[in-house]
Amino acid sequence: MSSKIFGSGIRRREDPRLVTGGAAYTDDITLPGMVYAAMLRSPHAHARIDDVDVSAAAAAEGVLAVYPGADTEDALQPVPTAWLLPDSDLQVAPYPAIAKDTVRYVGDIVAVVVAESRYQAYDALDLIAVDYDPLPAVTHPQQATEPDAPQLHEGISGNQALHWTVAGGDIDAAFADAEVVVKERIVQQRLIPNAMETRAAVAQYRQASGELTFWNTTQNPHIARFICSAVTGIPEDRLRVIAPEVGGGFGSKIAVYPADFVTIFCSMRLGRPVKWTETRSENYQATTHGRDHVQEVELAATKDGKITGLRCTVWAGLGAYLSTAAPGIPTILHGLMLSGVYDIPAVKEDVFGAYTNATPVEAYRGAGRPEATFMLERLVDKLANELEMDPAEVRRRNLIPRFEDGHDVITGLTYDSGDYPAALDKLLDHAGYDDLRRQQAEARNEGRYLGIGLSTYVEICGLGPSQVAGAIGFQGGLWESAIIRFHPSGKVHVFIGASPHGQGEETTFAQIVASEVGVSPEDVRVFHGDTDNTPMGWGTYGSRTTAVGGAALALTARKIKEKAKIVAAHLLEAAVEDIDYEDGNFFVKGSPDRGKTIQDIALMANVSWDMPEGVESGLEASTFYDPPNFTFPFGAHLAVVEVHPQTGQVKLERYIAVDDCGPQINPVIVAGQVHGGVVQGIGQALWEEAVYDDSGQLVTGTMLDYAMPRADRLPEIEVLSTVTPSPHHPIGVKGIGEAGTIASTVTVYNAVLDALQPLGVDSVAMPLTPERVWRAIQESGGD
Amino acid sequence: MKVPVSIQINGRLYESEVEPRKLLVHFIRDLDNLTGTKVGCDTSQCGACTVLLDGVAVKSCTCLAVQADGAEVTTIEGLAQNGELHPLQEAFWNKHGLQCGFCTPGMIFASHELLRTNPDPTDEEIRHGLEGNLCRCTGYQNIVRSVREAADIMNADTQDGGEG
Repeated sequence: MSSKIFGSGIRRREDPRLVTGGAAYTDDITLPGMVYAAMLRSPHAHARIDDVDVSAAAAAEGVLAVYPGADTEDALQPVPTAWLLPDSDLQVAPYPAIAKDTVRYVGDIVAVVVAESRYQAYDALDLIAVDYDPLPAVTHPQQATEPDAPQLHEGISGNQALHWTVAGGDIDAAFADAEVVVKERIVQQRLIPNAMETRAAVAQYRQASGELTFWNTTQNPHIARFICSAVTGIPEDRLRVIAPEVGGGFGSKIAVYPADFVTIFCSMRLGRPVKWTETRSENYQATTHGRDHVQEVELAATKDGKITGLRCTVWAGLGAYLSTAAPGIPTILHGLMLSGVYDIPAVKEDVFGAYTNATPVEAYRGAGRPEATFMLERLVDKLANELEMDPAEVRRRNLIPRFEDGHDVITGLTYDSGDYPAALDKLLDHAGYDDLRRQQAEARNEGRYLGIGLSTYVEICGLGPSQVAGAIGFQGGLWESAIIRFHPSGKVHVFIGASPHGQGEETTFAQIVASEVGVSPEDVRVFHGDTDNTPMGWGTYGSRTTAVGGAALALTARKIKEKAKIVAAHLLEAAVEDIDYEDGNFFVKGSPDRGKTIQDIALMANVSWDMPEGVESGLEASTFYDPPNFTFPFGAHLAVVEVHPQTGQVKLERYIAVDDCGPQINPVIVAGQVHGGVVQGIGQALWEEAVYDDSGQLVTGTMLDYAMPRADRLPEIEVLSTVTPSPHHPIGVKGIGEAGTIASTVTVYNAVLDALQPLGVDSVAMPLTPERVWRAIQESGGD
Repeated sequence: MKVPVSIQINGRLYESEVEPRKLLVHFIRDLDNLTGTKVGCDTSQCGACTVLLDGVAVKSCTCLAVQADGAEVTTIEGLAQNGELHPLQEAFWNKHGLQCGFCTPGMIFASHELLRTNPDPTDEEIRHGLEGNLCRCTGYQNIVRSVREAADIMNADTQDGGEG
């Protein structure tokens, strides 16, 4: 059992409660005496607030209280960002939980109503009279930095939140000596994460003891506790954050939000449990968005396709205020990945982070890395076109060769391990690449436009070590912790600091423990998401839960095994060195039939009747694992599309993903992560875009207007893998949560542009809607 | 102001007085902890709130409680019979047809409706049948496999003389 459980696609233990309605998400929690909060949000993107009259609302049926910004101003500290990026001239604008004098985006909170029922709370919102004096707004990240742009924050010149640079090698020489230069201006449009569960909070403050229990839709309950404590003043030891079942996050549940603090404030004032649940329209306005880059990129190369330099300027829209991790996303998680899987001798990037009259931007699946991969992989295709070379061949000429234990790249990172040529070869082989190119040529002869798109990628997972966190201004640690506790019967409880929300770690973590100490995974229960009964953790984002938390757990299981060996040696009257272990059985070398099982040892350690001298009772261990480096998963993806030139319609015919996340604990779960990630990236390429009009109104403000991927628009995704273990990780795993999204947007984009090449189209703004593709064809004069 | 309704949910009769504007999904969720039915949007796009109303799938955010007066509702809590998961529930579990699980109750009822009207759908028909339900985690691929497996099991049961 144990030796086979690692790598087995067993069914998830999370699922029985989820398929029967037995799981409790935040909005499913009801407490005695509970009342309901609703937020009044600004309908203006930028306006001065001249007056807020809450009297009619306060007098409405069922209403307990209405609080405008004047009430929370002194009670709640400003909402902090947790990433104080050094060497970037970072300008942190004050971020009040409730706006008092000025609103800066459609969705800024202006007041909160608390009522006996949800319906009454929403009715009362309509009775609040706010006198606004509208101001000009700017939502475009590059325009925001222009001299005549409306200014969002006093004392922050040019709306510039940060200016960050990464450089390596002699970039000027690379371009001066270049035989070929290709350029592109790319817009990574704003995206709305759309976790199917909107955000919600339940705050239960006990005035007598000063204790708060806070149920929250969060990816990182311990960070939420830390920040809630700082903002509300409730000491951290009296603040319990529970992330119950959480319905997806994709980065949008990292931030600790104004509405969270406001809900807590209401409970503190009223002494009643308060629930707030976001509507979907509110989610679109107020829950963090992703991407929003304008990128000007150029690539230098030789005539034979060797890349010699990459230079770019990026304007990153950060929204009206800095969200929790916002400053690190377009910089650290983006700029350090500029050179991808290629040996590029010189790079330089300038990133300008801009305040705009739009929803704050946060990490969104991939977080900086899809934007970096897109730039590079798009320009590699342009280079191939320029040189009339096959895009696969250009990639091959630049790939870093296989390495097993560290490779330094020009941005300063040391990749852990990689075999990029193997991933590309496997992809092309499986796709039947040469055949596809032949089919494409034949189709063109028939007047059909088939496109083949490629992308390679490498990404950063397992953010750490903490020393690096400090150096890059992340206001927290990046380690993870785990506790394993054996009960007398041999059943096991695992407590982890990380907080998964759909990724299935209750199952995969049980598999890790089972494979390390030889219990059945059925006997291992994994607890997470409650700050009162789990050890400190830094959250589930950046594909770090298995990469860092899984390492903590594996090392803890090994401590258990070491102790068990000592107890076994004592019980078997042998020296510890003479004890062998196999599948949960500890025995004197050569005598597996007369061993002690891990369950025998758990019982003895717990009753403690006959323990070796100096060995403590119980069978329990914990680890705080601070990784020595990031992990670097990688892969290569390919898409085949057909574009109908008369309509601009793009049909996705095939999608193939080869990903290498190291050894796979549960390949079914890995494939599920790839499917979901790939589709999210396809969404960016083809359908999704958050659109603001000139006045800063979000015109894609509901699910009717924002095009999410749907089942009938997608082909079956062909999922393959290679396995290159991380040399520094106890079980070699790297992380898979974001890989699909990082690769797929540019893969599909390249495929569409490949199809359009004979029509003379070499650039179309995303998303590649039929209208845009059709217009591009018309403008190029093709077909 | 309030009007009486009597709605049978999962075989049990609930009699209550509700505001005429109260949505069926809120009526269900506010009762007896029947919170398995989810609210995922406010424009009837996502399908997370799908339940069976007199055996037919409806988005319960698009239906008023008063419209369900006298009807029988089945929610995800009432789908398993005698402690045995419905083949759709079992298949979603077997095929990893869910991740965060939030869309799952609605997705299962949309699938239920599809198989009621088309017991042996092709993959393309399954995808078409589920286009009114959104999932952000799975990319739909394993949901399609789950429905395919459930259809196969239910058809085999029918051929064996079972109830399907």
